[in-house]
Amino acid sequence: MASKPSDPGGDTLPLLEPGHTFGSITDKISSIVLTGRTPLFWYITFGVGFILVLVLLFCITALVAVGVGLFGVMIPVAWGFAIVNFVWWIGIGHAGTLISAILLLLRQKWRQSINRFAEAMTLFAVACAGIFPLIHLGRPWFFYWLFPYPSTMGVQPQFRSPLVWDVFAVSTYFTVSLLFWFLGLIPDLATLRDRATRRMPRFIYGMLAMGWRGSAIHWHRYEMAYLLLAGLATPLVVSVHTVVSFDFAVALVPGWHSTIFPPYFVAGAIYSGFAMVLTIAIPLRRLYGLEDFITLRHLKNMAIVMLATGMIVAYGYLMETFMAWYSGDLFEKYMMMNRMFGPYGWMYWILILFNILIPQALWIRRLQTKPWVLFLIAIAVNIGMWLERYVIVVVSLHRDFMPSAWGMYSGTVFDYGVLVGTIGLFVALLFLFIRLLPMISIFEMRELVHEEEGRSQ
Amino acid sequence: MSNGMDPAGLLGIAQQSAGGREYWRSLEELAGTEAFKDLIGNHLPRHAAAFTSAMDRREFLTLMGASLALAGISGCLSPAPAPPDEKIVPYVNQPEALVPGKPLYFATAIPVEGYGRGVLVESHMGRPTKVEGNPQHPASLGATDAVTQASVLELYDPDRSRVITNAGRVATWDAFFSALNVELESQRVTQGAGLRILTETVTSPTLAAQLQEILRIFPKAKWHQFDGGGGDYAHQGARMAFGQPFETLYRLEEADVIVSLDADFLLRSPASLRYAREFINRRRIPGGSDEANRLYMIESTFSLTGSNADHRLAIAPSAIPQLARTLAARVGVQISAEQPAISPAQEKWLGALVKDLQAHRGRSAIMPGEYQPAIVHALAHAMNDALGNIGKTVFYTDPVAVNPTNHAESFRELVRDLEENAAQVLIILGGNPAYTAPAELDFAGHLVTSNFNVHLSLYEDETSAVCHWHIPQAHYLESWSDVRAYDGTVTIMQPLIAPLYGGRTAHEILAAVAGQAERASYEIVHDYWRGQNKAKNFDAAWRTALHDGFIAGSALSPRNVKAKPATSFETSEPKRASTGAATKNPPSLEVIYRPDPSIIDGRFANNGWLQELPKPLTKLTWDNAVLMSPATATRLGLTYRVGGTGGEHGTIYADVVELEYDGRRTRGPAWIVAGHADDCVTIHLGYGRRRAGRVGTNLGFNANILRTLDTLWHGASIAVRKTGAQYALACTQFHHLMEGRDLVRAGTIEQYRKNPKFLIERESEKEAPGTLYPGYKYDGYAWGMSIDVNACIGCNACVAACHAENNGPVVGKQEVLRGREMHWIRIDRYHRGEPSNPETYHQPVPCMQCENAPCELVCPVGATTHSQDGLNDMVYNRCVGTRYCSNNCPYKVRRFNFFLYSDFKTESLKPLRNPDVTVRSRGVMEKCTYCVQRINQAKIAAEKEDRVVRDGEIEPACQQACPTRAIIFGNINDPQSRVTQLKTQPLSYGLLTELNTRPRTTYQAKLRNPNPEIENG
Repeated sequence: MASKPSDPGGDTLPLLEPGHTFGSITDKISSIVLTGRTPLFWYITFGVGFILVLVLLFCITALVAVGVGLFGVMIPVAWGFAIVNFVWWIGIGHAGTLISAILLLLRQKWRQSINRFAEAMTLFAVACAGIFPLIHLGRPWFFYWLFPYPSTMGVQPQFRSPLVWDVFAVSTYFTVSLLFWFLGLIPDLATLRDRATRRMPRFIYGMLAMGWRGSAIHWHRYEMAYLLLAGLATPLVVSVHTVVSFDFAVALVPGWHSTIFPPYFVAGAIYSGFAMVLTIAIPLRRLYGLEDFITLRHLKNMAIVMLATGMIVAYGYLMETFMAWYSGDLFEKYMMMNRMFGPYGWMYWILILFNILIPQALWIRRLQTKPWVLFLIAIAVNIGMWLERYVIVVVSLHRDFMPSAWGMYSGTVFDYGVLVGTIGLFVALLFLFIRLLPMISIFEMRELVHEEEGRSQ
Repeated sequence: MSNGMDPAGLLGIAQQSAGGREYWRSLEELAGTEAFKDLIGNHLPRHAAAFTSAMDRREFLTLMGASLALAGISGCLSPAPAPPDEKIVPYVNQPEALVPGKPLYFATAIPVEGYGRGVLVESHMGRPTKVEGNPQHPASLGATDAVTQASVLELYDPDRSRVITNAGRVATWDAFFSALNVELESQRVTQGAGLRILTETVTSPTLAAQLQEILRIFPKAKWHQFDGGGGDYAHQGARMAFGQPFETLYRLEEADVIVSLDADFLLRSPASLRYAREFINRRRIPGGSDEANRLYMIESTFSLTGSNADHRLAIAPSAIPQLARTLAARVGVQISAEQPAISPAQEKWLGALVKDLQAHRGRSAIMPGEYQPAIVHALAHAMNDALGNIGKTVFYTDPVAVNPTNHAESFRELVRDLEENAAQVLIILGGNPAYTAPAELDFAGHLVTSNFNVHLSLYEDETSAVCHWHIPQAHYLESWSDVRAYDGTVTIMQPLIAPLYGGRTAHEILAAVAGQAERASYEIVHDYWRGQNKAKNFDAAWRTALHDGFIAGSALSPRNVKAKPATSFETSEPKRASTGAATKNPPSLEVIYRPDPSIIDGRFANNGWLQELPKPLTKLTWDNAVLMSPATATRLGLTYRVGGTGGEHGTIYADVVELEYDGRRTRGPAWIVAGHADDCVTIHLGYGRRRAGRVGTNLGFNANILRTLDTLWHGASIAVRKTGAQYALACTQFHHLMEGRDLVRAGTIEQYRKNPKFLIERESEKEAPGTLYPGYKYDGYAWGMSIDVNACIGCNACVAACHAENNGPVVGKQEVLRGREMHWIRIDRYHRGEPSNPETYHQPVPCMQCENAPCELVCPVGATTHSQDGLNDMVYNRCVGTRYCSNNCPYKVRRFNFFLYSDFKTESLKPLRNPDVTVRSRGVMEKCTYCVQRINQAKIAAEKEDRVVRDGEIEPACQQACPTRAIIFGNINDPQSRVTQLKTQPLSYGLLTELNTRPRTTYQAKLRNPNPEIENG
């Protein structure tokens, strides 16, 4: 398992450990769903997730019943945890599509063992993200007013508002991600249908497999559709977080009003997305014994992507600081000083530590293949990226133009409740997915066997 | 029957049953209806039990007969207390009929601490909703203060007492009258030797006549006065200087140099609205005279007037009389005593001041503070005399208050009589002496053990709790009465509504004491004035007086006075109790007690609007604090911590200190006030109420525990100890620096004379970058506002008026701590200069109604949009509550309903609401609308008359209330309008215009008028 001593960087690590056949792959992956005993840790993790889901439901019920004032939001900080969490989750939801679509187009074979759960992760993250814009509304029951439905009142959304763009961007992204994920699942669902022994699973997987029989024509059409969807999804990877960044960039607030936001947000999203994939993949491959499929090579590649996007993010931070000075704008300058040395300054420095300094360890090639190191760095990046959004949303708002209106924000029990609640929802959904669907693409792994065989001969 | 309060419905049943088939059954139903029970309960309380308890057949038949008879009566009577038959006269043209949706205005006056201010009360369908100033009344000039604005909430306060109680049990007026009579009979024997009447300051001529009448019937009875908010030192001072308790009046428009010896005349004076107007009129440089006045302030605590002064000297309270003496000697008053040396800094300050005064003989005014001892008043009179100001800027009249008395002495006498059991029958008319009196007297304890006492008050308060009888008082908007203004002008107060809870007036109580229990206030007041006016046309005069809101020519005429030589009084030291020597450890400081700027002595403690009003200088809400200077706080090791929740716009944790005076202790949070005098602390009264109502109970701490009769307003050697505890104070603006931003622009008149454009010639003021698109053309009206920072004194009247006009909710301390208060206009307070003696600026900030409104751009549902006349409208129904608009508002004037803040449940608050303004529900954003309801009313009225809206026809609530006319609203498309002219003046500037928001609200810069000798040296 460990990297060979002669190859500390792991450049020649295999994408699939040798010795696997079509059959062994199918057995190994489908057994998690069909035949294997559900392990104890699954119950524990899912249980914890489920309890947190109940916390989430409780919080949402209270928010709808009593009012959004249960959050800590106030004037001037009218957006708090909810928006921070929204941006954070959306960012996390970026890795899946990036891995699936862009890496597919770039013919990066290493995507094949991680794309399935990365896509699932994307869906669940976007689902978690989608909760926040709803519950942070003052009157969530009127959320549909943001959609351009044929209203008898004759009123339409106000299309100049980035929030309306958000609605389209996120819902499109969710839809395409869902389709892409489902399409990728179809051959595997057919496999499960064929291997299931009991009636109910056979029936359900059968329905979901949509009559897949694996004929050459099926494969041909499938590949074409998958490629087209990948083409469709690729711009979305860039667009979603660009639009999310517009929520801030379009506004006047110092610390928001910045042209660097779109690329910087997209890089940050991919950064946090890969960090989350690593956070999930490293324990899972260990717990389910999938080290053969999710190899150190995968971890290393992801680490490199993380390092690259992390550097773009660092550049973003640097540019923000530079522009605050270079612009000579009083408000921008004050915002930057306040961000660093104001009452929330400690957050900024933790963020710099977690997002910029700690990931520099990835330059050391030896560490790129140390799963536990990667895991810790990924956790740091996850926290760092959450803090980054907090700094952008809250710290910019709390001291803007009028010193007379300056104030401070802190999260309430409900703010934290909803945050951990969505983490619980994410975990619960992920573990349901692991339990019910193949978390690694069986057919793509079989392709890999074929190719590896070809290479070794 | 669900509509239990509908007598017509009840009558309908009775009539139907009388001629119908089911005669017996209907009667049973009839006897069971809510309306019937109500009727019996209200009008025949003695028989109520019979109807509500089970009865036998015989009783049933008896009652059945009665119920049949009463069924007819219930149609004639309203179930609520009967409306008065007395005629009240509307202020404007009498309409042919009451038009629903059209308010009527009635003139009356609000009595605050005895003195009246003329008001016009807006009445919608018989319910008063808003109080405005009476432009023709000398004490109002059309303006109001915050207390007046909030008084309408007091009227509808659900916590007001509703029933007469005897020892806590519900009783009736008749029972009270019988009980009173028994006591009075025994008093008659002794000529009323045991009868005591305790009032606050009285200016009402009718009440005075009634009191005289009682003192005639009971020659040995005594009338005492004690006012929680005042001490009547002014009259004592005049007595000292002139031998008579004259009333002092100032004509500030004539004064070039004003020296205030702790006189907070812009906020705490019966004439404050007038003085504020006159004071500011002399400072409107571009519009008016070039010769601005100059205000020197000598005070200890940082008062609102002090914050508007050109020069301020903060010294300990004990040093003020001595400084007054020194000043008097310098301006030419004959002072025999040797003057002690003063510090070089003070010497220089005083020298410049004296030079200024000497240069403006006859055009200056020395104003002594209400709470300064009589000697300071007397010295001020002598100084005004020496400077030739009397008859030019300072005038004297006979006292407006009836029988001016030293309240402390009067109260001391009463307590002594109670102790000795000489006071047998005590009648307390208004006030809350059990709370406001110094604790050392144990007045509440004396009340408990006394023989018979009655308390008339709006609330069942601390005093009511220990009195035998409590009579609910009629609110001034429910009462017939009369009151004098600061200059003696009489207003006959007319009720706007029948007493909601059957309250009584002081007139009715005194009539009962005089043996006429059934005389109504109307009768008493009307008869008194008929007696005064022997002319035949009394009815016409009465109608005119009611209509105008005052009796023309009733102001007292100035008297020619002759001051006694100052040597006759200048050595009389004010009596000061010194309890033990001042100790170093714990540090002992001087203490200053002052009425709270919002709730005064606690009389408005249950008024949520006033509690939530940020206090002018500290910006605290819902609490009082121990105010002290930064240096004193450092010496005591006291500090503060900005809370993580709400922060500078919400929560400040202040160190709690323990205060000890004369063995009595209390605790309160310390608050650092820049500009406070060192080595003394200020404590605002009115807090720590135990029985104020559900709003005002248990807020803050009670400073009356520490006070003694000798140290009502100033005390020496109070021990202040740090306790280590911290207390969260709700402060709406803690940050007092502008951080180098051009928010309030200020300069001196000298600079302005050299270059009128000196404040706007800045880089950021250059023409905004052009746009490719043509701007929107406003064809009709284009509303705009100009706010004169130079004229704003920071009194909060606009904030309260806006709240009252626009149905603003009260959110409570917890929400203010989170930074969620709901004021649509706020007054920003900034300091500049040394923390020990800063310059202070007040800047009202309503919505800027930007032409390029950042809020509109980002609303996803179009809930905030631009109107054709340039208003930035808010569509509550469309708002989903993303709060994005607030984030993008650079001025942060938007307010959000985080919870259901508006009270939709309390019945008594419903009639209070302005029917023209939506009561906002949960989850929607709101903000200043420029009072769009008033704009639309004026537009409709103009359209009906086929004309355009005249300039000045529309006054938003803030403008209407403003004592100094600092806010001017109008049509900026009209080049002739006042607002357009103001906006073209060289001092006009916009807030944050570099953001290209193009605000419609603009400001006029502040100009100070410092004495170059003090400023430059």
